[in-house]
Amino acid sequence: MSNYYDPKDLKKFTAISEWNKELGTKFFDYYSSVFEDGALSAREKSLIALAVAHTEQCPYCIDAYTKDALERGITKEEMMEAIHAGAAIKSGASLVHGVQMMNKVNKLEM
Amino acid sequence: MKLTSLLKRNNKLAETAEQFKYLNGAIFQNGELPYFNEKLKACQKFPLKSSEIEILQINLGYMCNQVCAHCHVDAGPDRKEIMTKETLIDCLKVIKSCKIKTIDLTGGAPEMNPNFRWFVEEASKIGVADFIVRSNLTIIRANKSYFDLPNFFKKHNIHVVSSMPHWTKGKTDKQRGDGVFEKSIEALIDLNNIGYGKSDTNLKLDLVYNPSGAFLPSNQKDLEKEFKKVLFEKFGISFNNLFAITNLPVSRFLEYLIRSDNYEDYMHTLVESFNPNAADQVMCKNTISVGWDGNLYDCDFNQMLNLKINSSHNHIANFNPEKLSDRNIAISQHCYGCTAGSGSSCQGSIT
Repeated sequence: MSNYYDPKDLKKFTAISEWNKELGTKFFDYYSSVFEDGALSAREKSLIALAVAHTEQCPYCIDAYTKDALERGITKEEMMEAIHAGAAIKSGASLVHGVQMMNKVNKLEM
Repeated sequence: MKLTSLLKRNNKLAETAEQFKYLNGAIFQNGELPYFNEKLKACQKFPLKSSEIEILQINLGYMCNQVCAHCHVDAGPDRKEIMTKETLIDCLKVIKSCKIKTIDLTGGAPEMNPNFRWFVEEASKIGVADFIVRSNLTIIRANKSYFDLPNFFKKHNIHVVSSMPHWTKGKTDKQRGDGVFEKSIEALIDLNNIGYGKSDTNLKLDLVYNPSGAFLPSNQKDLEKEFKKVLFEKFGISFNNLFAITNLPVSRFLEYLIRSDNYEDYMHTLVESFNPNAADQVMCKNTISVGWDGNLYDCDFNQMLNLKINSSHNHIANFNPEKLSDRNIAISQHCYGCTAGSGSSCQGSIT
């Protein structure tokens, strides 16, 4: 194996069911239900997925949901705003721990 | 740089033989993907048979005022192929004698055929249920001689079908050329002003959406909702239906796929999205495409690939509706474009 990630592997995703059909089937059924229109539109969920794909830094998910967004006519501006929303939470999640650091410093220092 | 036709660029892909090198290329030869006929055989749909001819799609010529990046016709201002009056007369005879339900005029820009208006007037006298003109919108604003086209369309109750790849200027102009978005918006407003696309008239205005890149269209109804919302909120424009059409790997779109290294992935996407139900509804079953020179084809794409119809009745001058309703449709790997996902036709999704 020359690379940890190969774009061709995304096409083989469903193969995970071959080694555990029951759980694999349950997962893919669940997955497709999640992205159907509901209280949120499929379009809104696609943008959430794109943002999470970036915070999870999953190259397969980034490829898949970038293409999905284009297919839905989602604009580049909307896509970039979505990933900034994800990135803001990601950086906020780091920075909010600064309070823990400050608490610890305040406790330890005289 | 301004885009020109493949022919003008002396690009090899202007030749259909060169296009078939890719359509029958390594990914099919090495078994990575099945040929279209094998896919049809696997679901007992081979050979693909025609049914009763209901639609006559007439290509009035390859000349066009636009040079769109995805054009399967390789149309443009430099193309000289134009249907003659003699061939148009043959078309009228067929429309009259065969009780064609739908006439669908396409091109190029069909309005650029010097006999366009005469033909529309004559064909409307015969009376057809649905008389479509595929108008690229910018032609209406191209020069003074076309400014009255909306009224001409209205007079003959023409069903106007126009391309609009996106509700944003950036995406539209990238696919269809600089300035196309603004001119298209002006033309749509002109059409709306005389009643086209309004719920209280019978003047139908449909838009065609082609993806602006190497991806498939999403759900047609969802896209229509989005187009209607944005075009109305931003410009006060209304229209009837949106047709979501998949780009087929033919001519300029094929050249783009190859140049951008998307060809194999795109073919994978088309094949993986094969929908057997769509294969039952493909438009070639009830449509005959008439080339600018009068030759008959199964569809406009086959025309551009010079894929001959399987019938000795292969010219408008010897059109035989019974024989043509019982023919095997000529297919190749580009046909995956019409059977992917919800399917695709000149009237949009088919399932």
